Amino acid sequence: MFENLRLAVQGIWSHKMRSFLTMLGIIIGIASIIAIVSTIQGTSEQIKEDLIGAGRNTVSITLYDGDSEAYFYDNSTVAPVISEDQKKKVRRLENVVDATFYYSRSYSTVYYLNDSFMGGTVLGVDGSYLDTAGYVIQTGRGFVQRDYDRFCKVALVDTNVVQSLFLGENPLGKVLEIEQQPFTIVGIITEPDDYLPKMENLSDYEEYFTDSMGKILIPDKCWPICYKFDEAQNVIIRADSTDNMSSAGKSVADILNANIKNQSQRTNYSYKADDIMERVRNMQRLSESTSQQLIWIASISLLVGGIGVMNIMLVSVTERTKEIGLKKAIGARKKTILWQFLTEASMLTSIGGLIGVLSGIGLSQVVSRLTGTPAAISVPAIVGSVVFSMLIGVIFGLMPSVKAANLNPIDALRSE
Amino acid sequence: MILDMRGINKSYVQGKMEVPVLHDVSFSMEEGEYVAIMGPSGSGKSTLMNIIGCLDKPSSGNFFLDGQDISRCSENQMSDLRLHKIGFVFQSFHLLPRQSALVNVEMPLGYAHVPKKERRERALRALDRVGLSDRVNFRPNQLSGGQMQRVAIARAIVNNPKLLLADEPTGALDSKSGAQVMELFQKLNEEGVSVLMITHDADIAAHAKRVVMIRDGMLLEKE
Repeated sequence: MFENLRLAVQGIWSHKMRSFLTMLGIIIGIASIIAIVSTIQGTSEQIKEDLIGAGRNTVSITLYDGDSEAYFYDNSTVAPVISEDQKKKVRRLENVVDATFYYSRSYSTVYYLNDSFMGGTVLGVDGSYLDTAGYVIQTGRGFVQRDYDRFCKVALVDTNVVQSLFLGENPLGKVLEIEQQPFTIVGIITEPDDYLPKMENLSDYEEYFTDSMGKILIPDKCWPICYKFDEAQNVIIRADSTDNMSSAGKSVADILNANIKNQSQRTNYSYKADDIMERVRNMQRLSESTSQQLIWIASISLLVGGIGVMNIMLVSVTERTKEIGLKKAIGARKKTILWQFLTEASMLTSIGGLIGVLSGIGLSQVVSRLTGTPAAISVPAIVGSVVFSMLIGVIFGLMPSVKAANLNPIDALRSE
Repeated sequence: MILDMRGINKSYVQGKMEVPVLHDVSFSMEEGEYVAIMGPSGSGKSTLMNIIGCLDKPSSGNFFLDGQDISRCSENQMSDLRLHKIGFVFQSFHLLPRQSALVNVEMPLGYAHVPKKERRERALRALDRVGLSDRVNFRPNQLSGGQMQRVAIARAIVNNPKLLLADEPTGALDSKSGAQVMELFQKLNEEGVSVLMITHDADIAAHAKRVVMIRDGMLLEKE
């Protein structure tokens, strides 16, 4: 075995140029497969990261009225209320790290001095909203327990509101009028940069994150002062891992849907979880099927490379007819000759595969530099391609090796 | 008896015609003998040598090599016989051009699965026996014709064969180198190696203790 390897290296090394040219087909094939796989895998990871946000794993569970989101802007609507019991159940779910329940109102009457606030949202939030939804306080303070206990009429605004309603002026300490009730602004909140999803070419995804007019937050205890008692709430949870987002969102929705029917005479209300993972998977499936096709095309190069190896091995057998004849004459068995040539062929393609892997990694780095998409080097792909190129050597080396092993030593020795 | 052939016939099929090459050849050789088979080209001596060398099988007749019936041997058994019982010396040496003399001589031992260290020792001893211990690491292209043939002889005797089979061993050599090779055969034979030489040259055949003539596929003993 070791002897065969030594012979194979010698055989390859004694025809450096020829061996390299023979390997070239394999090198190109493997290199392009590695480059494709790593680029696609990088893109796939990028898609996931873009759509989900940097590892916060937040899932929104929103009340729907039929197929569209439920809005409450007149007092006649009777919608299901989330009970304390349900809230406890949600918080106790295994994959839920954090949960917040909030009221919300679009089309609300909000004034600052004489300017009305159009198109934004007013939210009545509990103490864990900021943490769960991923907001941080830019200036001022957040809500404290005292605000809830004493029904303090305080408000937080996000940076969009600062732009649209205060025209960039510092809003801290200013008084907002929400449904004729005065609320003092105590802080400005902002979303961390890396949270905002970056994918903008998905039109249906766009509407998910561009409520660019802004949000005004008040303590949920104050909600009935401006609006009604017993209103429906929406939920945001954080799952313990990205992979559990879908299932956690679904189980929360199930809990919330369980007694909707008991509370409301209208039965087309239901909670639905935003299934971002589903969208991610769709996108990934798309890019993976593209890569599959590219890999097939690259495989043609491997096939051509394999035929090249077969060709060169046939030449090599012809060239070394005498050597083979001599070896058989002095007692080498058929099997010995067969293995010698098979080893040489598969070593040739394995070295080609290795060089291919290295150039493929280099290539994917270049591609990722040029296009800005990250490249993820996949270890199974590397191991797979080296093993596969070795197999190519065995498959395409078989015919020449059998030919060598079957040479008649008398004729082989006599050949010139 | 190392070689025992009785009623050997060999014919080749050429197209639809059967061309007979050997007719009823009977020949035997004792251990330690030095025999030359002599004949002009086309007389069938190469065919005879191929059969004796276990490279080919007779069409009919019995051939025992060191007591073993060749006609019943499989291809692998024939390989093993060539490896263990026969040492070949060819007219054109047939050395591996890129390998040193030592590696060339070691080669049969590799097929016999001799351990690496012992291989080296035995190859060095064989090269010493043919008087080339100072050329161990030379490649064939750095050696003279006579030296190359001596490397080939070292390769032939390294696995201690029962029979040294030489096909026109001096055919590609000048007379001086040829004489050296003949001396070497003489010496090896005195050391106990059985030698069978095939040649068309009467002067070379004269070195053997017994000469057998072959003509038109038939053997004639000559004393």
